[in-house]
Amino acid sequence: MNEKDLEIAQILEGGARLSTDSIADMVELEKEEVEKIIKSLEEKGIILNYQAVINWDKAPVNGGVAAMIDVKVTPKRDIGFDGVAERIYRFPEVKAVYLMSGAYDLSVQVEGKTMKEVAYFVSNKLSTVDSVLSTTTHFLLKKYKHDGVIFESGQKDKRAVVSP
Amino acid sequence: MSQVSTKRYLSKTAKNIKPSGIRRFFDLANQMEDVISLGVGEPDFVTSWNVCEAAYAAMENGYTAYSANAGLMELREAISGYLTKQFKLRYQPASEIIVTTGASQAIDLAFRALVDPGDEVLIHEPSFVAYAPIVQLAGGIPIPVEASAESAFKLLPQQLEAKITDKTKLVLLCFPNNPTGATLDETELGKIAEVVKKHDLLVLSDEIYAELSYDKAHVSIASIHDMKERTILISGFSKAFAMTGWRLGYLAGPEVFIQAMLKIHQYTMMCAPTIAQHGALEALTNGLEDVTKMVTSYRQRRNFFVKACNQIGLECHKPGGAFYAFPSIHKLGLSSEEFAEELLKEEKVAVVPGSVFGLGGQGHIRCSYAASMDNLQKAIERMDRFLAKRI
Ligand SMILES: Cc1ncc(COP(=O)(O)O)c(C=O)c1O
Repeated sequence: MNEKDLEIAQILEGGARLSTDSIADMVELEKEEVEKIIKSLEEKGIILNYQAVINWDKAPVNGGVAAMIDVKVTPKRDIGFDGVAERIYRFPEVKAVYLMSGAYDLSVQVEGKTMKEVAYFVSNKLSTVDSVLSTTTHFLLKKYKHDGVIFESGQKDKRAVVSP
Repeated sequence: MSQVSTKRYLSKTAKNIKPSGIRRFFDLANQMEDVISLGVGEPDFVTSWNVCEAAYAAMENGYTAYSANAGLMELREAISGYLTKQFKLRYQPASEIIVTTGASQAIDLAFRALVDPGDEVLIHEPSFVAYAPIVQLAGGIPIPVEASAESAFKLLPQQLEAKITDKTKLVLLCFPNNPTGATLDETELGKIAEVVKKHDLLVLSDEIYAELSYDKAHVSIASIHDMKERTILISGFSKAFAMTGWRLGYLAGPEVFIQAMLKIHQYTMMCAPTIAQHGALEALTNGLEDVTKMVTSYRQRRNFFVKACNQIGLECHKPGGAFYAFPSIHKLGLSSEEFAEELLKEEKVAVVPGSVFGLGGQGHIRCSYAASMDNLQKAIERMDRFLAKRI
């Protein structure tokens, strides 16, 4: 990844809706070059997805519930933790899976419409996966910061409109 | 009730100082709502959190008393190290540096310590609105030297030399410049330095935008051969560290001059705010990565904004530093004030009329691109619409 690749990736991370034209002007390249760089970043799997970070608390629909589940497992012969993790991350309810050091092995993030739905998933699907020893479910109550974005910081532009 | 004759009481100095042109526009713009502002001369970032934390800690630990007159020794040491590392300048923390209440107070101290009544001070214009009035407050005579649009607002040595008389004592330089964003490279500074040495003058170099240099690394005139002994360096934390409200700047220069300024400082200010000084120490110690990030972001927005201005027909040279673009509005046949006022009323975009910055500013507007990309794009759309009706 060269300097311009990195700069473009960072710009997109901060504002994926900027037009290619604007990005081209910002980094002083031709539009075609920027398109090429973005395409190659996508192909290399450096840019994975373009996503809006939404504060569901503010959106007037029921955004559902999210839970973080600590999972202890016995790693499987030959495929270790990776095989168990795959069995878990393939479930559509699962939004994220991380291998952790410390008190438990996998951190599994699950989203569902209701608490009941999440509870059902944990007891009937997750817990019954071979080699899952135990689960501890924590429901998420409020998001303060997500993916580097602070929710409701109350941080408006506090500068006067005109200053020296 | 008896009438008080205010005319009688106001000092001549106070009466003779003109209110800043920015002030008038400030009042107009700040009364309106939902304005997209390109009129702001300060960063759109808030101060880095670790700096704020350091200030909280200073309060919790009871550092709420005066510091040494010249500032916390640790901070002066950090400033000295920073100037060496960034700009190859060497100043003794104990005798050649004073921490001030903003670069503003540093400018005031420098003029007060160096100007006698009748002394002439050369100031290239367009420039920051405070210089000329502060010279007058010190009894001096500000002499404007125009740095014109044709030379991308760079100060040319012959323009400077033409204004030198036997009363000239000081030359004020500000690069990167507010409001034009102009910068001078080492060769260009070298030529200015030749003129300064030939006429045995001193330089006050306001380098508060030094870190915000986009195309070439900033060079301080104090680092040019034989110039350190005739340069007073002014800088501060407001711009590069996004700390305008902390009111913290500094002066660095030859001991004799700095000690004279310290005498004035100890009577008029005692010391800069101690809590803010603890924040600044953190900024210099652990905050440089944040500066780099902010500079990258300003550079990207400059590239976008200047190109967009030219595309919609606002001719604009590419500024090498600071966060201002200074496009020409000549072809509209409006004065800078009219342009700014009509743009504000019709399209709710605030810019500052170039005329408030002195000679050479008329026919230009100052646009600060310390604004979000979103707002910059909207501002361009609105200015485009505004221009389309008139060209
Ligand atoms: C060129 C220049 N010098 C000095 C200052 C004042 O800086 P401070 O906030 O450190 O007083 C400004 C602020 O706009 C400026 O543009």
